[in-house]
Amino acid sequence: MNLNGISAIWQREILTFLREKPRIISAAINPIFWLLTFGAGLGSTVNIAGINYQQFIFAGIIVQTMLFSSIFYGSYLVWDRRIDLLKAVLVTPLSRHSIFFGKVLSGVTFALIQTAIILAFGFFIGISYTFASIGLVIIIVALAAAALTAIGLTIGSLMTSPEGFQLITTFVIFPLFFLSGALFPLENLPAYLAALTAANPVTYIVDALRGLLIGIQYFGSFEIIFILVAFALIANLIGIQAFKRMRS
Amino acid sequence: MPIVETFNLTKKFGKITAVDSLNIGIDEGEVFGLLGPNGAGKTTIIKMLATLLEPTSGNAKVNGFDVMKKPQKVRESIGIVFQEPSSDELLTGYENMKLYAMMYGLPKDEIKRGIVEALELVELTERRDDLVRTYSGGMRRRLEIGRSLIHKPKVLFLDEPTLGLDPAGREKMWDYIGRLVRELRMTVLLTTHYMEEADNLADKVGIIDQGRIVIIDTPKALKRTVGGDLVTIKTANPNTGALEKLAYVKNITQNDDQITITVENVSQNLQELLKVVGKIESVEVRNTTLNDVFLHFTGRRIHEEGGNTWFDKIVQESISKS
Repeated sequence: MNLNGISAIWQREILTFLREKPRIISAAINPIFWLLTFGAGLGSTVNIAGINYQQFIFAGIIVQTMLFSSIFYGSYLVWDRRIDLLKAVLVTPLSRHSIFFGKVLSGVTFALIQTAIILAFGFFIGISYTFASIGLVIIIVALAAAALTAIGLTIGSLMTSPEGFQLITTFVIFPLFFLSGALFPLENLPAYLAALTAANPVTYIVDALRGLLIGIQYFGSFEIIFILVAFALIANLIGIQAFKRMRS
Repeated sequence: MPIVETFNLTKKFGKITAVDSLNIGIDEGEVFGLLGPNGAGKTTIIKMLATLLEPTSGNAKVNGFDVMKKPQKVRESIGIVFQEPSSDELLTGYENMKLYAMMYGLPKDEIKRGIVEALELVELTERRDDLVRTYSGGMRRRLEIGRSLIHKPKVLFLDEPTLGLDPAGREKMWDYIGRLVRELRMTVLLTTHYMEEADNLADKVGIIDQGRIVIIDTPKALKRTVGGDLVTIKTANPNTGALEKLAYVKNITQNDDQITITVENVSQNLQELLKVVGKIESVEVRNTTLNDVFLHFTGRRIHEEGGNTWFDKIVQESISKS
């Protein structure tokens, strides 16, 4: 592990992120748009456990934003590989572990920035916070973003050309999102849906955040922590293997 | 002992042999030019030497380190400039250099000093705080050359350093690389498909075709092997039989309705030669270039193969439009 090198990768990603204005704008506007249209639209007639639908999906929208940005950020690697940008990094003495770790760290940072923007917007739709809840949200988001970025990097290492990029949305992001309970409560689901959501690690991210933000939690806290830590570890172990084997 | 050395270095992609039993040695301080058409295997060779690609068989040593067993040491010993841009457009020149140098694990003060020197060397000090997006193609290439020198590599790999530059930019870049080599006494492995580039920059040229080295020598010696100047004649029906009998005709290559004859003492012999050829549409006489050397050894012209990349085509189109 070369801390200077990891820091260089991280600084590079953050600087380019901050200079790509469209990326920041869409990162901030998308979730707010969802809350104001979908959340408020359904919220005018739908109440879940006495809680306004807009507030109910708040945690789900944080996860949705993170899903899209982390997985896409990771799989963007396939573009970096196509041009010579990544080769220049791979030819330095920096180990592939370090490069991978720098990228995961960047993915986590982006997710935290975006979460901060959405949390700030939460004030306007009546979400209340404590220092403890914000602290725990940060930990859960960091853990989840590390796992999701690693999945993205795995996809980016395995893909040989960017042509299949659209498929990621269809076959990875959408299933993970729609089967996570981001938009519906986990109680009283049909058996197949209950099984699929329980098998989806993203479900536990949503559940944890919803518990911290509006006090509705389906799974036990210990169960959630165990699953999220395992998810992050496994996703990163697989990611590192894929990244090490990636042809440059 | 050579600082870069390959031993039957071979790379196969499926059934295609991209590099076939390569044996070259590059001495310290030497500029070695690998000259060949696109697809000849030049970039594959560089990638193997830079530890980005594992050889199928054979081996190579850079700065005394085995590329397979000591990749880390090899990477510390080399600097490399890729064919296509590899700097970040959204970072300034300075940031690009600094972040890159950090990946080499250099101490802070060494990075600072190194960048100042490198910027000076590639004449980008004035533009150091501008985003790379605002740089011209030549400036960007220079930045990448400068960036590859900060960690003081023993060997510099330049993969098609003037690809995509306009002719003026190309000549400027030659000046640059030439100066760099003289001032830093750097060992350089350069790949190119431009004859003039190899001629201008390289102490020694290896002609490569379809993954095989055809011949290695100094540009001067190579041109001498062709053995004279060249007369290219456009004619429908050349009398090659009679031409071959002339003592001063060294070589004849025929290409559709065009025939290229290597002639000693052109000024004295041209008149007689033209009489012998037969009916002539046009004649061109010129001094030997490496292009002729390539033709001499491979029987083909370097650009003949349609092996141009999409990138080349775009560049050529944009040049012809402007």
